[in-house]
Amino acid sequence: MAVTASPERDIVATPMQRATREALYAGAIALGLFVLFIGLKTDQNISNELILVQRWGLLAIVVVLTMAGRFLYVAYGQPFLANQKIVDVATGLLPESMATRFFRLPYFLAAIITVAVLVFLAGSLDGLLGPGLAGYARFLRALAIIYALASVMFYFRTFIHAHFSALGITALALYPVIVVLVLALYGGSVAAGFQGSLKWVDNFGIQILIYVMLAWGLNIVVGLAGLLDLGYVAFYAVGAYAYALLGTQYGLSFWILLPAAGAMAAFWGVLLGFPVLRLRGDYLAIVTLAFGEIIRLVLINWREVTNGSAGISGIPKVTFFGLMTFNVSDPNYIAKVFDIATSSAYYKIFLYYLILGLCLLTAFVTIRLRRMPVGRAWEALREDEIACRSLGINTTTTKLTAFATGAMFGGFAGSFFAARQGFVSPESFIFLESAIILAIVVLGGMGSLVGIAVAAMVMIGGTEVLRELDFLKQVFGPDFTPELYRMLLFGMAMVIVMLWKPRGFVGSREPTAFLKESRAVSGSFTKEGHG
Amino acid sequence: MSDASPSMNDAILQVEHLSMKFGGLVAIGDLSFQARRGEITALIGPNGAGKTTVFNCITGFYKPSEGMITLSRRDGSSFLLERLPNHEIPARAKVARTFQNIRLFSGMTLLENLLVAQHNKLMKASGYTVLGLFGFSGYRMASAESIDLARHWLEKADLVDRADDPAGDLPYGAQRRLEIARAMCTGPELLCLDEPAAGLNPKESMALNALLMDIKDNTGTSILLIEHDMAVVMQISDHVVVLEYGRKISDGSPHAVRTDPRVIAAYLGVEDEDVETVLTEVGDEDVIEQLDTGPDSAHGPGTSSSFLAGPVTDTVGHSEGERVTVSKAASKAGQVDARSSAAASKPSAAKSSAAKPATKAPVKPKTPGVSNRRGGRK
Repeated sequence: MAVTASPERDIVATPMQRATREALYAGAIALGLFVLFIGLKTDQNISNELILVQRWGLLAIVVVLTMAGRFLYVAYGQPFLANQKIVDVATGLLPESMATRFFRLPYFLAAIITVAVLVFLAGSLDGLLGPGLAGYARFLRALAIIYALASVMFYFRTFIHAHFSALGITALALYPVIVVLVLALYGGSVAAGFQGSLKWVDNFGIQILIYVMLAWGLNIVVGLAGLLDLGYVAFYAVGAYAYALLGTQYGLSFWILLPAAGAMAAFWGVLLGFPVLRLRGDYLAIVTLAFGEIIRLVLINWREVTNGSAGISGIPKVTFFGLMTFNVSDPNYIAKVFDIATSSAYYKIFLYYLILGLCLLTAFVTIRLRRMPVGRAWEALREDEIACRSLGINTTTTKLTAFATGAMFGGFAGSFFAARQGFVSPESFIFLESAIILAIVVLGGMGSLVGIAVAAMVMIGGTEVLRELDFLKQVFGPDFTPELYRMLLFGMAMVIVMLWKPRGFVGSREPTAFLKESRAVSGSFTKEGHG
Repeated sequence: MSDASPSMNDAILQVEHLSMKFGGLVAIGDLSFQARRGEITALIGPNGAGKTTVFNCITGFYKPSEGMITLSRRDGSSFLLERLPNHEIPARAKVARTFQNIRLFSGMTLLENLLVAQHNKLMKASGYTVLGLFGFSGYRMASAESIDLARHWLEKADLVDRADDPAGDLPYGAQRRLEIARAMCTGPELLCLDEPAAGLNPKESMALNALLMDIKDNTGTSILLIEHDMAVVMQISDHVVVLEYGRKISDGSPHAVRTDPRVIAAYLGVEDEDVETVLTEVGDEDVIEQLDTGPDSAHGPGTSSSFLAGPVTDTVGHSEGERVTVSKAASKAGQVDARSSAAASKPSAAKSSAAKPATKAPVKPKTPGVSNRRGGRK
């Protein structure tokens, strides 16, 4: 058969033509997708009747934006990216990377000056620019700060990469101190510094670290042993209720109940482990999911013990090993002991260091266990269960220890959570929590502690930061609530990250032993496990 | 090792009346054989003969339907392998195995693969993790020893340069050697190798032979081997067991097996017409004399209408659905048996040829005067 080439084949479309065509396609797809989502809206009128509100203008804006985005990407973005890969004829070098072009010394200095000027004018911004523009100015200041920090990090990137763990731990240990100092300088008094630090230490610091700990615990089950567990929040709940019930009913101290809660969660981990030993992959995921829901339903319905949906309140606070307390009424209240001003920030800062310590314990144990036969057996189980059995490894006990160890850390985190909140209810232990923890593990790169910590920071910190986007109200009007869109932005960010790094932030694994030199194993060789 | 040259008549593995049925399919039927200590025993047979099933029964991946598998260890203790749980067979009875489709921990380095193999030893040394977690010196010593053992086997397998690379990154032949090294790290007394030479080039095959001979001579580990590569089997094995359709058809020294007409017919899987050629090449006068007639092409299922196919019960009865037995008529070794037994009484060639069903698909051209031996059994 003769090959017949159509004459149109030979004509290469210019980027402009292609961009126009693709923009039209994108517009058509966007129109089809959004015509019902955005173009029409059901609402209630004054007499409570359901009416259809038509929003064709908004739909047109969205479609035009989509078309413009596609046009710009195809017409300018793609040729630009293609040029990045072409070697310059004269010098024989690739063009400068985008990052080096983005982070330049003049830009850095400009950012520093911007920050300095705006900080200097902080008090009088509203007067100078009016409330609307002042909001933008503050946003600009935040961007400039982020840019300056990113520039510094980019400049020292090799050093940071080499000492990531040590730098990270130091930064985490100094975080509350820095926050208090900065806010004290900013606010002009130490008391203001402590008061202002509440949000940063509690909402960001403690919240992120709880998820770091949960994700590191789940990492043992999912990342190392390769057993997909969708009901991890059950162990978190067991730990939280163990502390809440025993603490309120018997008045036992946190320091006794912390190991007890861990042990109880581990016990439930083994109980869950037994029936699911034979299950793999999807089947295991479904059963663990069901287990998580069973625990939550028991907590809701076993009213005599758990107080049902109303939850348990008045959970005792953690004491400083019995030496000092954080209750204002107690004689050994910390402010009285040190004779300083009363503030609720002390407890939060103490809790921050407590959860940081628990996280470091989790990391230490995980790193230690990975180098022990049991940790290697977990990873071998993820790689090939049949080969494990042919080498005399008892896969039953290996799986159970993975479940128990992971659950134990979930239990620790749970009892900490109960102590921090002072209140637990089944509402806190829904499936979404399991999903978020699992998403952190997957996003971070299964098995990698550093990657998971970064992922937790991005996911939990990211959603919290998106709450702060109040200036958007000035753009979209006072009815706009940026909090409602944070999950949308967040989902988009996750999709982008998984497209860009399919094996998570850290896709490679560190070997646990080496003869000559330790070389990271590429993610393409490791398996995800089949359950 | 001190006991590298054990007595020759000491059976390490004794398989007696082993049967394995999957539903109605008989994968192994009443198989008995022995593997002697310090020897390399090869288990050969055509594809689907049930060799890997025998392996899976020995290593506990399958529980046999009937029969007894006894393993006698060097220290005098003996184990009934069909009663041990899967993972205790390597751990207690010291039987290690490799797999036909290589099963390495591909995301772990070579060294880690060999350390995982020493799991049980290290678990004990680490006080079941508890002592090791607190850094007791006993575990650190055991850990260093295990790395030395791993290095020893990496050197034997000629892989020590790649010790820190992921196992999945190795070429195929090296993966085979690594799997053997990993099995040896469990300290086995019986090493079961499932087609270790499959997919190897001649040079790699030679290296494998050298490695196996080295294991046999220097560690006292007995080897049970499934192999299709006759060069490997004939060169290194001391004893060969031949299976066909789940039954043993021959058992003996490589030479004896090589000249066994049933083995040649069955194992080599030659067309019936070629059996004579093969036997002639082998130079077995006896057989050449016996095989003065051509074989029958009327084997295989679905010919129960023909009296040539033997008893109806022997044929595959798919129509009944439940009961599937392997057709004895399909067994080429069976044909040779039939030929030998009927060597004296030659039936009429014309009769059996005429009785061939016309519907049979692969009817091969028959030379005049070639008769079917099985005809004599009717």
